[in-house]
Amino acid sequence: MGGLLRDLLFDYTLRNVALGCAILGVTGGVLGSFAILRRQGLLGDALAHAALPGVCVAFILTGAKTPAVLLLGAAVSAWLGALLILAIVRGTRIKQDAALGIVLSTFFGAGVVLLTAIARSGNAGQSGLDAFIFGQAATLIWRDVATMGLLALAALGVVALLFKELKLLTFDPAFAATLGYPVGALNVLLTTLIVVAVVIGLQAVGVVLMAALLITPAAAARQWTDRFAAMIGLAALFGAASGVAGALLSATGANLPTGPLIILVATAILLLSLLFGTSRGVVWSRIRDRRSRRAALAAVPPPPPNSGGS
Amino acid sequence: MTTTEATLTERRSFRDTPAPPDAAPLDVRGVTAAYRDQPVLWDVSFTVPPGQLVGIVGPNGAGKTTLLKIVMGLMRPAAGQALIYGQPFAQARRWVGYVPQRGSVDWDFPTDALDVVQMGRYGRLGWFRRPGAEERRRALACLEQLGIAHLAGRQISQLSGGQQQRVFLARALAQDARLYLMDEPFAGVDFKTEQAILALLRELRAAGRTVIVVHHDLETVGDYFDRVVLLNGRLVAEGPVGEVFTRENVAAAYGGSVAFLSDEGMWGVVVADMDGAARSERAAANGG
Amino acid sequence: MSADLVIILTAILVAVPCALLGSFLVLRQMAMMGDAISHAVLPGIVIAFFLSESLGPLASLLGATVFGLLTTVLVQALSDTRRVKEDSAIGIVFTALFALGVFLVSKFARDVHLDLQHVLYGEIAYAPLNPLLVGDFDLGPRSLWTLGIVTALVLVLVGLLYKELKLTTFDPGLAAALGFAPATVHYLLMGAVSFTTVGAFDSVGAILVVAFLIVPPATAYLLTERLSRMLLLAVAAGVGSAVGGYALAYSLNVTIAGAMAVVAGLLFLLALLCSPSHGLLAHLARQRRNGHDFARDLLLARLAGLGGHATPQALAAGLGWEGARLDRALQHARHGGWIDRPREGEVLLTEKGREAAHRATGRLRPAAVGRV
Repeated sequence: MGGLLRDLLFDYTLRNVALGCAILGVTGGVLGSFAILRRQGLLGDALAHAALPGVCVAFILTGAKTPAVLLLGAAVSAWLGALLILAIVRGTRIKQDAALGIVLSTFFGAGVVLLTAIARSGNAGQSGLDAFIFGQAATLIWRDVATMGLLALAALGVVALLFKELKLLTFDPAFAATLGYPVGALNVLLTTLIVVAVVIGLQAVGVVLMAALLITPAAAARQWTDRFAAMIGLAALFGAASGVAGALLSATGANLPTGPLIILVATAILLLSLLFGTSRGVVWSRIRDRRSRRAALAAVPPPPPNSGGS
Repeated sequence: MTTTEATLTERRSFRDTPAPPDAAPLDVRGVTAAYRDQPVLWDVSFTVPPGQLVGIVGPNGAGKTTLLKIVMGLMRPAAGQALIYGQPFAQARRWVGYVPQRGSVDWDFPTDALDVVQMGRYGRLGWFRRPGAEERRRALACLEQLGIAHLAGRQISQLSGGQQQRVFLARALAQDARLYLMDEPFAGVDFKTEQAILALLRELRAAGRTVIVVHHDLETVGDYFDRVVLLNGRLVAEGPVGEVFTRENVAAAYGGSVAFLSDEGMWGVVVADMDGAARSERAAANGG
Repeated sequence: MSADLVIILTAILVAVPCALLGSFLVLRQMAMMGDAISHAVLPGIVIAFFLSESLGPLASLLGATVFGLLTTVLVQALSDTRRVKEDSAIGIVFTALFALGVFLVSKFARDVHLDLQHVLYGEIAYAPLNPLLVGDFDLGPRSLWTLGIVTALVLVLVGLLYKELKLTTFDPGLAAALGFAPATVHYLLMGAVSFTTVGAFDSVGAILVVAFLIVPPATAYLLTERLSRMLLLAVAAGVGSAVGGYALAYSLNVTIAGAMAVVAGLLFLLALLCSPSHGLLAHLARQRRNGHDFARDLLLARLAGLGGHATPQALAAGLGWEGARLDRALQHARHGGWIDRPREGEVLLTEKGREAAHRATGRLRPAAVGRV
């Protein structure tokens, strides 16, 4: 373990990987908190899948694997996916769940078609694109981490600046509208921020498992607190912890993929939170219930001679 | 200035809302509205004078909530307009406070009562600025006024239905409005809360505020309100409760779905719901 | 049998059961459960591979069905704690199980003959090369046998339980009251989805199954109001995606499963834009037309209310319309002969207009009374 810690500090690759995973854990946790409270947990899943064809098109157009370019492509196509979901739900009788599934599966299908097309074209540079499907955190280099960090800073900065507005939008959009907030524009902004979070995670955990980083740490955080700001902070912490732990665990052995390990750590944190969370954990709730029952029993006074009732 | 107005001003130093122009708090002019091509409101016009408690009453699907939405600019009418103090809502929103239906939000949201009440101040705060000590103080005062200051730190999902409704009212109070629009504030609350809300409405009226309430309980209309707007897609009648809330007008609003039960000066109504199940509502009023 | 034919038949045998089951998922607003199950069966397949490679497809069908049902149970249990919302519960469970599956595949890749490419794209191209052997006797492509059985089972299930599925989908309350046990039907449906997903896994992979489960039923949902017709149309769209996708993949030399998902998406897009009843274009046109007619009727009713002639200014004030909107409505009404404009500042109701105004007032005036 000491060796691992030393590696974390001094090993260039491991440091990059761990830092990158921490960054995506933080953004996933923060924006996931908004997403799950708006019952849009699965939107991240759909948008992550929808990003794949964008990555491929960006690569075909530029022929380069610059992270910024690929991530821009990912963001554009995820955003188009979000737009299509909105058009389907607003314009037809199809409900949100099916709209998500449609965009998710067809965009992903288009993505793998493009991937095989790129592979068959024999372009030597393509080897890394598969990484976007299951993620390949081990290949993160400093340039990738720097790109992820800048995107994360921008997204978190917007959340910090508009915290009050985004909170009201999430809790009571109709009331926000009567106060004069441009609810439609804020919705678009929040979706865009979720797209950014997705894009940040693509390279490390891939499109398939990205949804977990938007849902699981935030859901775990909710079990510990009843305050929104604290929930966001904890979700960021849990996300970062899962990221770093996943990176470290995968460094301990061969054939241990980082992405799935991050998700498994996050799931373990969630299970512990569901049991022991101080706000809503099952164990504490049981104890509280028992205590209050006992207290209620103890509080029942012996019937006074002249009971008036309270 | 009445005494209550004076206490309100003193206690919470609500001096930041400029006085509204000298026009009717709400002037609905020929409003017609439709969802797709299905009209829900047809040529509705009425004026609400200041300082009154006004009930909007009508059967399911009569367009009550639609009317509120149009008044607050959440929906565009096909024709006509609703003016607040002589201006469209966008220019008048600082004089308007809103209490949505309790079921319209997810009460599982991680926040406490005080925080929700502070949201009533967001309109004043403007963009980017966070609520501070001043907002906190005002929010607490509003909770106090509804008798639930001790619940300020309580997670909102742990409040009873009645307490949640009071939190929404406190939030509207924090808006320091001149005109309050409330969507079914009495729905599904306990007797104590109902009395507390009623007391608040009367206090607001005494302070010269105007309160418009979408209401569904015919039995209490006569007791609670000064004026009533009877809606049924179109305007059936509008005016002081004593003149307008009559058996004939209620029959016109509720149509064939009501049956009247006579009982010594009281008249009762049996309203058949859409699903055919009969729900009985008694109305004590002057119509006879 | 030619290789092309085997591949197309295999794809059709994926499309048919997926379309049938997916229709119920879409109608029950549980489409994402299909997504979840198709991902979550992965560890079941790996473990089955691991434990009993010799048992072949039967073991993996069984293992995966167990995991599919496990997903359903876990999602239910997690949202029943009321500490996590249902959509979050779905996301948590399937990502955890899929992560476990990917982990197992990566860790034991040498022991199980399964790789991540297979998980993604399936191996439909190899379907003709993989025969079912009984002793030395070649019974033909194995995929056709497996998927044929899956399709037959799903057809039997939907055929036998059509009434129950329909009732529990449209009115679970009534179904429960009539003693149809919606929970049992729910688990049967989810079990069938798991079973089908696994059957399809070898051919199209874990993720693209979703395209077959959700997209053709959603396409059909835009085209008809009737359940029976929706099932038929969904099957047709699914088969169309299979055949069209194969043609696309063949001509572009790309992955077959991905191309099928793309064609399914294109068929959906076609229905989304052009469906006469629920398409976006029809919707827009209808809205426009209704908007025009509605505005005209409002105008005529108002004009009649003003005694049959008025100035545009009076009309604008009465209707609360801005100039451009009023001009449009006036032009529309004049073209149709409902009004006359003898002078610039005057609007007259014609006889035809008077009748129309009368009709409109009667028709448009909302009659909550009549509706109760």
